Amino acid sequence: MKDKIIMKEELGKILDKYPAAAFKGRKGHTLIVDQCLAPQEMVADTRTIPGIITERGCTYAGCKGVVVGPLKDTIAITHGPIGCGYYSWLTRRNKARKNEGEDQNFLAYCFSTDMQEADIVFGGEKKLRAAITEVVEIFHPKTIMICATCPVGLIGDDINAVAVWAEKELGVQTIAFNCEGYKGVSQSAGHHIANNGLFKHIMGTGDAPKKEFSINILGEYNIGGDGWEIERLLKIIGYNIISIMSGDGTVERLRSAHKADLNLVQCHRSINYVAEMLREKHGTDWIKVNFLGIESTIQSLRDTAKYFNDPGLIERTEELIEAELLAIGPKMEKYIEICKGKTAALFVGGSRANHFQGLFKELGMETVLAGFEFAHRDDYEGREVIPTIKANADNKNIENLVVERDEKSYRLILSEERYAQLSKEMSLNYFAGMIKVMNDGTVVVDDINHYEMESFMKLLKPDVFGSGIKEKYVIHKMGTFSKQLHSYDYSGPFAGFKGAVIFARDIAMGLTTPAWKLIKPKWKTEPMLEGNYIEEVG
Amino acid sequence: MLDHTPKECIERKAIVINPAKTCQPLGATYAALGIHNCLPHSHGSQGCQMYFRSHLSRHFREPVEASTSSFTEGSAVFGGGSNLKTAINNVFAIYNPDIMAIHTTCLSETIGDDIPTYIAEAKIPEGKFVIHANTPSYVGSHIVGFSNMTKGMVKYLSVNSNQPNGKLNIIPGFVNPGDMREIKRMLKSMGAEFIMFPDTSGVLDAPLTSNYNIFPEGGTRVEDIIDAGNSIATLALGSFASADSAFELKKKCKVPARTLLTPIGINATDDFLVAASRFTGKEVSMELEEERGQVIDIMADLHQHYHGKKVALFGDPDILIGLTAFLLELGMIPKYVLTGTPGEAFEKEVCPMLEEAGVDGKVKAAGDLFALHQWIKNEPVDLLMGTTYGKYIARAEDIPLVRVGFPIMDRGVHSYLPIVGYRGAMRLVEMISNTLLDRVDRDALDEDMELIM
Ligand code: SF4
Ligand code: SF4
Repeated sequence: MKDKIIMKEELGKILDKYPAAAFKGRKGHTLIVDQCLAPQEMVADTRTIPGIITERGCTYAGCKGVVVGPLKDTIAITHGPIGCGYYSWLTRRNKARKNEGEDQNFLAYCFSTDMQEADIVFGGEKKLRAAITEVVEIFHPKTIMICATCPVGLIGDDINAVAVWAEKELGVQTIAFNCEGYKGVSQSAGHHIANNGLFKHIMGTGDAPKKEFSINILGEYNIGGDGWEIERLLKIIGYNIISIMSGDGTVERLRSAHKADLNLVQCHRSINYVAEMLREKHGTDWIKVNFLGIESTIQSLRDTAKYFNDPGLIERTEELIEAELLAIGPKMEKYIEICKGKTAALFVGGSRANHFQGLFKELGMETVLAGFEFAHRDDYEGREVIPTIKANADNKNIENLVVERDEKSYRLILSEERYAQLSKEMSLNYFAGMIKVMNDGTVVVDDINHYEMESFMKLLKPDVFGSGIKEKYVIHKMGTFSKQLHSYDYSGPFAGFKGAVIFARDIAMGLTTPAWKLIKPKWKTEPMLEGNYIEEVG
Repeated sequence: MLDHTPKECIERKAIVINPAKTCQPLGATYAALGIHNCLPHSHGSQGCQMYFRSHLSRHFREPVEASTSSFTEGSAVFGGGSNLKTAINNVFAIYNPDIMAIHTTCLSETIGDDIPTYIAEAKIPEGKFVIHANTPSYVGSHIVGFSNMTKGMVKYLSVNSNQPNGKLNIIPGFVNPGDMREIKRMLKSMGAEFIMFPDTSGVLDAPLTSNYNIFPEGGTRVEDIIDAGNSIATLALGSFASADSAFELKKKCKVPARTLLTPIGINATDDFLVAASRFTGKEVSMELEEERGQVIDIMADLHQHYHGKKVALFGDPDILIGLTAFLLELGMIPKYVLTGTPGEAFEKEVCPMLEEAGVDGKVKAAGDLFALHQWIKNEPVDLLMGTTYGKYIARAEDIPLVRVGFPIMDRGVHSYLPIVGYRGAMRLVEMISNTLLDRVDRDALDEDMELIM
């Protein structure tokens, strides 16, 4: 790693190319990690500058695409013109199947009101009502989710009134999400809106039988089957998984989420609202887990068992860890051989750039740059900064639900003493953020854009860039391997022990595929004088 | 797979299920990428451009860059003028393209943003261009967006400067770079001089050299689009994606316009070459005639594998019209032809083709894949042809799928290889017959396995 002073200079040069206003807008979003200066403050969750090639998406994408979309037993109708619904159809790899006792999985379907000019001019509520009626007639869903796109808010369609109408007239619970794309500065606002809607209308309405060691897995979207792998591990140990939010999840299971003893939070950014609201209302604690990487998986399993403090659970946890380690045996080694000493840069949504660092470390690779597309300051700096985050025109836009304690269901599992003790030993109702795990001299970039990515590639020359589809082929064109960490390039699962091996294989494969060595044609590298040639054939 | 799709069809007036189209700006972005050194710009919230870029990237497996006005609630209320002016400043300062091609989204259209006024008020560096097209997605589809942006190129750029250039304009439509290369190769083989726009070859099929440049080598030069006003004539390939721009050029610069089918199959390619030859005075080359003969040879030799098979086709209108014509030339039965793009013209064009061939089929514009699936459930077909989205129906109904059109996101290389021209016809015959034969092999009993077929 380059010296942090040199890095700070280089960073200055990159930002200097911006016109004055853009410079001002971008400068707080990048920093060189310097633990002597801790805590270092990031600027995050602010507006994207117009004209910048941003990698960010919109509020609708965060609500419908991320949180609501993976729920398989509901019909999510996109109310708007065709594009928004079409692009969020099957594009995110949140796998789902019909498990025992489940009879509905609508994930291969896309539902859109496909608004036309007349709907924009005269209002689209009529069409939305007709659409819901048709959907109910054809599919008999138990619930319907209406997700609004930009024009809907503007023309003033009252989707909440339509939802009330649908419930009354058609007898199907219908929830409206005002997740118009412009509502927030990124997908993040959409997560919040989805959390609010599901918390308000779904969670707490179910009555699953009480079982011991009940948990919810929050912020796990089952990309590439990660959720299934995590579930497999937890079930062996003996946890009762009430719901998963929301990969391979169902609305029906989510209804009883308040019955859990503990919530495990995988993706902090997209789901921390629900985790906190469940705590406020029902007293349920949450712990921040990370099932990506062997070390973090072990840590997460141990923390969970320790929370319950049950000897049987603790024992089974250790047995499972041992068995899983044995099962993967030395399989990682040949990949580590290939990967060690190499470097990685990560730019992913709001959690993965953090989650994958441990996995790369296990491969012997240092992360030299990491950043999030739509994180907030707490994802970088830790939850301790939340009280200091200032309200602005954009985040004020999103409703902050006021949650009151439900005296009937409220219960605290930990004694005050034990709570204090565990708070020291694990991330109990707490997330430490990314910066603390990064080395001095590494780069943190929030909301990276095309220009900055290109500049940092030249400066840091990482061997792998972990990111999304929009960045992937740019990196490949530079002659560097890029691994998609949203879709896993259609591989996976990467979670847990076995997942780590699959990940290691993928990275080793990407680094060593012969294509990289074939980039220069022979006539650019070998002498091309005719004389030599005659000599050779002669 | 898709097991909630019932066999009985009820009439739907409101809900679209599994669309066979997407929104205008995607097509506008694709068209704009066909100009050399051009940055497409999406005037609206940033979510839309994220979606178009991702989607185009998945089909081409190439970088797709576009900027956005990144609307917030304030811009949604007060209009996006200041966002656009900031965006124009930043785009030229940071990325320095020759030209910026702005399209609107549903949001800026609903607000009613007046783009030409904003452009006029913006500071545009000397020698640089900014063009725009209105692309509301509550009208038409991505094909209409492609057409609108191409028309925008003509409106803003093309000039008749009374200096005839002896060239033929070609508007290729929403086809792959591989198709655009093939169209150019055919014209070069005849020795015809031409201007093709937009041209995404060299942009969305650029080589890996390690020297990344945000603006690859390919794309039509702005000078050439300007000069298109001096050409002999314009051939619009495909009435949906290309005709409007050709007529705009006729109106603005008096360049005669001809609309042809997308040159898929024998007759449509013949027509294209005849037209190109008549306008330019160049003869169709021996090379092309030889290729044509090869395809006919192949068609005679392999017909037993596909003749009489029923096909369900879906995708974009111009490609479907060309494919329908070619399937009929192959002796196949285009049983269902469905596009998501609205427009009666589609049914008007395809229905007579089927009628003339005595095919009792169904044709639909503004349709969706849910409807197509239900048709298939009611009367099955032997083959499905269309985009990646078809694989779910193919699996549900256990029918083989030939992937053609946009988008294909689960296979590679398709965007490099043509379906137009005689070479494209050859490739289509190979894909269709291999797919059917793979199926025969898969289903054959041991004793029926054939070494030679
Ligand atoms: S709002 Fe309109 S332009 Fe944007 S993605 Fe949706 S349909 Fe397309
Ligand atoms: S129109 Fe709005 S909701 Fe739809 S994709 Fe664009 S930004 Fe998102």
